[in-house]
Amino acid sequence: MHADAFDRYHHGHSLLHHLDARIKVVVTVAFILSNVLLPDGAWAAFGLAFIFLLIANALSQLGFGFTLKRSFVALPFALAAVTAVFSIPGHALAEWHLGMITLIPTDAGLLRFVSILVRSWLSVQMAILLVSVTEFPDIIHALTHLYVPSIITTIIAFLYRYLFVLTDEVMRLMRARQARSAAAPGSRSGGNVWWQARVAGNMAGQLFLRSYERSDRIYNAMLSRGYKGQWMAMHVQRIQLRDWLVGVAAVCGLIVMQIVGRL
Amino acid sequence: MHLSPLHMHIPDGFLSLAISIICWAFTIILDGVAISRTNKSLGERQVPLMGIMAAFIFAAQMINFPVAGGTSGHLLGGALAAITLGPWAAMLVMTSVIAVQGLLFQDGGLTVMGANILNMGLVTVVIGYGLYRSVLGRNQTMKLVIAGLAAWLSVMGGALLTSLELWLSGTAKLDIVIPAMLSVHALIGIGEALITVAALAFIFRTRPDLLGEESVSAKGGRGWALAGILVTLIVVLLSPLASVNPDGLNRVAMDLGFITTAQTATGPLAGYNLPFLGKTPLSRIAAGAIGVLVVLGLAFLAGRALRKKS
Repeated sequence: MHADAFDRYHHGHSLLHHLDARIKVVVTVAFILSNVLLPDGAWAAFGLAFIFLLIANALSQLGFGFTLKRSFVALPFALAAVTAVFSIPGHALAEWHLGMITLIPTDAGLLRFVSILVRSWLSVQMAILLVSVTEFPDIIHALTHLYVPSIITTIIAFLYRYLFVLTDEVMRLMRARQARSAAAPGSRSGGNVWWQARVAGNMAGQLFLRSYERSDRIYNAMLSRGYKGQWMAMHVQRIQLRDWLVGVAAVCGLIVMQIVGRL
Repeated sequence: MHLSPLHMHIPDGFLSLAISIICWAFTIILDGVAISRTNKSLGERQVPLMGIMAAFIFAAQMINFPVAGGTSGHLLGGALAAITLGPWAAMLVMTSVIAVQGLLFQDGGLTVMGANILNMGLVTVVIGYGLYRSVLGRNQTMKLVIAGLAAWLSVMGGALLTSLELWLSGTAKLDIVIPAMLSVHALIGIGEALITVAALAFIFRTRPDLLGEESVSAKGGRGWALAGILVTLIVVLLSPLASVNPDGLNRVAMDLGFITTAQTATGPLAGYNLPFLGKTPLSRIAAGAIGVLVVLGLAFLAGRALRKKS
């Protein structure tokens, strides 16, 4: 597997690609926070948030509907929010009897449910855009500058660096399991569930030991190359006037959104 | 490639701001203690180790085994990380794993990341290490049985907390979300328990030195056993209570001022109040949070006192 197997970064030379990573992280979090703060049913403000998102998409030069196509990852969780339709008191829209349970959907509940979905849908798109226009090491670097404790960012950097190596390791283990538990006509591969679980557990244990021993080798190799407990960055990040302008413009947009949402 | 084994990663927009902030507060406090502890006790050699172990947890979550009906068993890894790495290191490792899942793969939101870390990374570690710590010195069978139980309970604890957060945010109906989440995760937890036990048994066979009595007890004091048992008791007692008597829990939450916003909703725009500006008494929310913090603090102090005596 290649090092960039897990990357979500799409290479480009747009305004957003060259924007300072700190500004991008802050604006993304501010946008999501703004969505959370908007009242239920503030459709005009949600519309503005969507326009904000489209503008960001356009500025990224990745295509107008770039994030739209990838925006349904959070959908399974909507199932949990469906129950809001019945839990919030309001004007009853109907009454459904399901055996013992009586479900009464209300207008306030429906409003809340749809608002939650819209908020989540808008937010996840901005998060997708952030990792699409920013290389992940730059995000980690930005987090360090944004006062995330360095031990956490260092762990994240190692995690990112070695994830694909250990994924290769998992793939090898899974291939070996597959190769040795053949399925014959009339009998499926492997043993019963207990056998399967034990094999999976052994794989996890095996992977743990291989990772543990690998970390020793990695550390020694790093020491021999001059590691002093800090990661070095190739390109130094500097916030320039353009970055400030974009950041301030974005925050102003969010403030307008909040005002519209509360009118 | 889909990496999330559990439907426990809360996306942005599903939690209210107040609940997000409270969860962030717990996460920051616990991780802050974890950072100062690991800085004190671990050499710089340990940081690369923790990084690789975070990648290990991430990769291990891809291991699955088929269970009946097209479903499959997975590993979340909180309990396994806690037992093998010690509680503080495991907390930081799990925090990093969940942060990357949210940042890079959008598995879980950014503003609700505090809640996700708390549910899947911190509670799982407290239960996992705490229960395992309590049977230190017993024979290996006992240890493995308790490790399995701890793994199952850690998943249940995470699911319970997730449901409670969703309910307190006015996103889900308590008497539906609790039974649904708990019954699904009771099954998912069995997969977690089986893989954790088998993995530990494998490590016991091949590298027993990694799970030696001294190395495990050096990573966390005896207070952990107490904390683990305490959190376990809360999970065990609260789960049936919430399933059987949601009205009771509803009333408690209302008395604490958590869900007045949901109760006063009458029409568009009228129902939602900013927790810091609207009708919801902030003082009561804060009081609830402080109460929980005090209990945690007392448990921690009790744990230290016990450790000193021993």
